[in-house]
This record gives sequence, structure tokens and C-alpha cells, in this order.
Amino acid sequence: MELVTPGLGLIFWMVISFSVILFILKKFAWKPILKALKDREISIDTALKSADKAKEEMEKLKTDNEKIIKEAKNERDNLLKDARHVKDKIISEAKQKANLEAKIIIEDAKGKIESEKDAALDEIKNQVADFSIEIAEKILKKKLEKSNDQKDFIKELVDEIKIN
Amino acid sequence: MHKNFRKLCLTLIVLFAFIIIPNGFAFGNRDKEEKDSSVHTEHEKGKFDPGSFIFDHVTDSYEWHIFNIKDFHISIPLPIIVYSKESGLHSFWSSKLHHGYSDYKGFRISHTEPDEGKVVEIMEDGTELKPLDFSITKNVFAVFISLGFLLWIFISIARKYNKSKVPNGFQNAMEPIILFIRDDVAKPAIGEEKYEKYMPFLLSVFFFILINNLLGLVPIPPGGANVTGNLAVTGVLALFTLAITTINGNKYYWKEIYDAPGVPWWLKIPIPLMPIIETVGLFTKPFVLMIRLFANIAAGHIIAMGFFSLIFIFGDIIPYLGYAVSPVTLVFTVFMSVIEILVAFVQAYVFTLLSAIYFGMATNEHH
Repeated sequence: MELVTPGLGLIFWMVISFSVILFILKKFAWKPILKALKDREISIDTALKSADKAKEEMEKLKTDNEKIIKEAKNERDNLLKDARHVKDKIISEAKQKANLEAKIIIEDAKGKIESEKDAALDEIKNQVADFSIEIAEKILKKKLEKSNDQKDFIKELVDEIKIN
Repeated sequence: MHKNFRKLCLTLIVLFAFIIIPNGFAFGNRDKEEKDSSVHTEHEKGKFDPGSFIFDHVTDSYEWHIFNIKDFHISIPLPIIVYSKESGLHSFWSSKLHHGYSDYKGFRISHTEPDEGKVVEIMEDGTELKPLDFSITKNVFAVFISLGFLLWIFISIARKYNKSKVPNGFQNAMEPIILFIRDDVAKPAIGEEKYEKYMPFLLSVFFFILINNLLGLVPIPPGGANVTGNLAVTGVLALFTLAITTINGNKYYWKEIYDAPGVPWWLKIPIPLMPIIETVGLFTKPFVLMIRLFANIAAGHIIAMGFFSLIFIFGDIIPYLGYAVSPVTLVFTVFMSVIEILVAFVQAYVFTLLSAIYFGMATNEHH
């Protein structure tokens, strides 16, 4: 029977001692322990989160960098392309200009040559005429020394005219 | 601070030793002289009585019996504190009563019903009167010791947490249990927002039950007392659960009890059947907590003692049979002890979990 009859003294001491210990443990053990555990969890959590954030930022930076590099490359390519284009243009323009110039010069030269040639031919013609006259004079002089001949010639000439 | 605490513990142990040794031994000697006359009668009268052997162990007592060498008893005497209406407050060592073989200051341990085994006051006409008994009995003392252990363990652990964030040593062993109570008992049962308020009680109850269950398996002091297998102890623990549930019960909790929604009106009016059932349920919950823990632990002790009794029962028939049975008993006892260790954890867990569930029911907002 004693097993199932709770002792009054035991209940009394149990209530008092357990209440006191509950209070003391709550204040000096459970509160600090639970607080420390929670603080630690929060600190681990924030540390992990910030690590993730840092990783994300790194990733972002990396993609940004890649983007920048890509852009720079594109820019460079464009620049090079433009430069090449400009160069080609300049060269072709220069060529065209040179050709034009050359043509003009050649044309000019041709003209000059033509006029010179004409002048030269004129001179030659004149000279040749002069020479022929001179030669003709001399020939006539020589031929007319003999009067018969002269008379014959004149007669010949007159005959020719008569026929006409 | 820590050193001081250790010093205090050491002093307590030394003090404790001073109390046991002179009292225990002196008392043992006296006991021997006195009992010499009764030795014969006892040996003739009684073969071994397993019933009283077991119940002497499982129930409370005024002294902490350690062992006998023949008739030489070694036990720790404990203070008896009684308040009598006739003669006021008395306190004396239980060694003065010599295991109930002699009277002291008009008090003795009763040998007759209804107060058998209790300290009673002897009236002038020879009748026995039961005084108010506030003695530091074996179980009270064991409660004090276990609570002392709890204080020592957890205050020193708390101090470690203040020192460094990295747990070490014994802290490492306790932390998973504390986290288990928090994350797998309190949080699911009570809810994320409110569980914190109940954590100190849940942790205290869990470790109090656990440490007493485990100490109960240790055969030598400070273990060996059947604290959690005592109705008064489990009753007080259940009373705490009831008190906390009742104090913290919100309007939904009380509505659920006195005007449960979804219940047909004729179960409430004219005979308030449901409210009556629910009100009874209010008390059966902690009552079941009390009985479950008590019965589990007491049964464990009784079975272990039963196995040991086998040795003496067989030894009483033929002495050599006793020796023959003892290895079997040993195997059984080891087996039982292993189960009891499991039971120690399971019962502490169950009590804590159910308390947490009751708190959760009392504070639940969703209906």
C-alpha cells in the first residue's frame, strides 16, 4: 500500500526544492544556454548568408567583368573595322585623285605635245618651203642661163596653158 | 567562481562522509548488540521474504541503507522532522530510532497498520498518532542530490557558453539533448512563437526525470533510490504541468472545454455532458503523466529486485542452488538494466513531450 500512497513530506520537499531549482536553473542555466545557442545559430546563419551574398556578388562581378571585356573587344573590333574602312577609303580616294591628276597631266602633256608638234611641223613646212624656193631659185638660175632652154620652157608652159 | 564551486562540492562530500562514517558505523555496532537477541527469532521465523525485500527497496525510508555484513547494517542516517500537534516540532537523526527497534523522544517507527513503517508519536495511553512528517527521507535526499547534480552540470555548462562559442567536453554531450528538446519537442508541439517561455520547465523536467531514472539504476549512493518510481515525485511533476497548462490556457482552450465548437447542442444542454467530460480530461492528462512515469520506473526496480530475490529464494532451498542461479540472475539483470537505460530516456522524453503537447493545446490559436 505504501507504494501508492504519496508521502506528504516528500510532496512538500519536492514542490519547494523543484520550484527553487526550476527558478535557479531558468535564470542561471537555461536562459544563458538557450540564448547562446540561439545567438550561435543566428551568427552561423548570417555568416552563411553573407557568404552566399559575397559569392553572388563575385559571380555578378565576374559576369560584369566578362561583359566589360566583351564590350571592349567589340569596341576594339569596331574600331579596327572602322580604321580599316577609313584606310581603304583614303587609299582608294587617293588612288582616284592620283589617277585624275595623272590623266589631267597626261592630257595637258598631250595637248602641249600636239601644239609643239604642230608648231614644229609648221616650222618644218616653212623651212621646207624656204629651202624649196631657194633650191628652185638656184635651179632656175642655172637653167635659165641657157636662153634656148628658157624659150623652150616658156613655150612649153604656154602650150600647156593653151590646151587648158 | 568555478574553483569556488568545486571547493564547495568537495566540502559537501567531506561533510557527507563525516556524517555517514561516525553515525553509520556507530549505529551499526549498536544495532548489532541490540539485534543479537532478535537474530535467532528472525532467522527462524523468516526464510527470505521477497515481497518485503522488494518493497523495502522500492518504497521510501528514513535512512539510506547501503549494505549489510551479516547483521551489521551500514546506512546513511537522515534527519527526521516531524510536527506534532501535541508536542510541537521535533527533529533528530533517524539513527536514533535504530531501524525502528527503539523509541526516541516519544517517537517510533510504527510496526502496525495503518502507519506501518512511518514515524508515529506514542501517546500516553500507548496509541500511535501520526504527526505531520516533513522528514528528509531517502527519496527527499535523493531529490536534493539529483537537483544538486542538475545545478552543478547545467550552471557549469552555461558558464562555458559564456566563455566561448565552441562547445567542448560535457557541453558537447548535453547540447544535442537540449537542441532535441527545443527543436523536436517544444517547437513542433507548442509552435515557433511561444515555445521559448516553456523551455526552462521542459528542460528541467526532462533532465530531472532522466538523471533520477539513471541514478535509480546505480546500486550505490547517490544512486539506488527509487525517486521517479515514487507517486509523490511524479505527482508533483505532473502538478507543475497541470499548473502551467491551466495558467497559460487561452480563451480558445477554455472554449474548447466548456463550449466545444462542432459538438451538438444536446450534449451541452440541459446536461453538460461534454463540459463534464472535458473537465475530467483536464485532470486525467496530468494524472496519466504521473501514473505512467511512476509505473514504468517502479516496475523496472521491482523486476530487477525480483531477479535478485531469485538467488535468495533458491538459496533458501539449497544454498548451492542459490550460487547456481546467480549467473542466470546476473544475465537477466544486465539485460534488464540495458532495457531500463532505454526506458529512462524514453520515459523522460515521453513526459516532456506530453507536457509540451498539453502546453501547445493550451496556447493554440488556430481553430
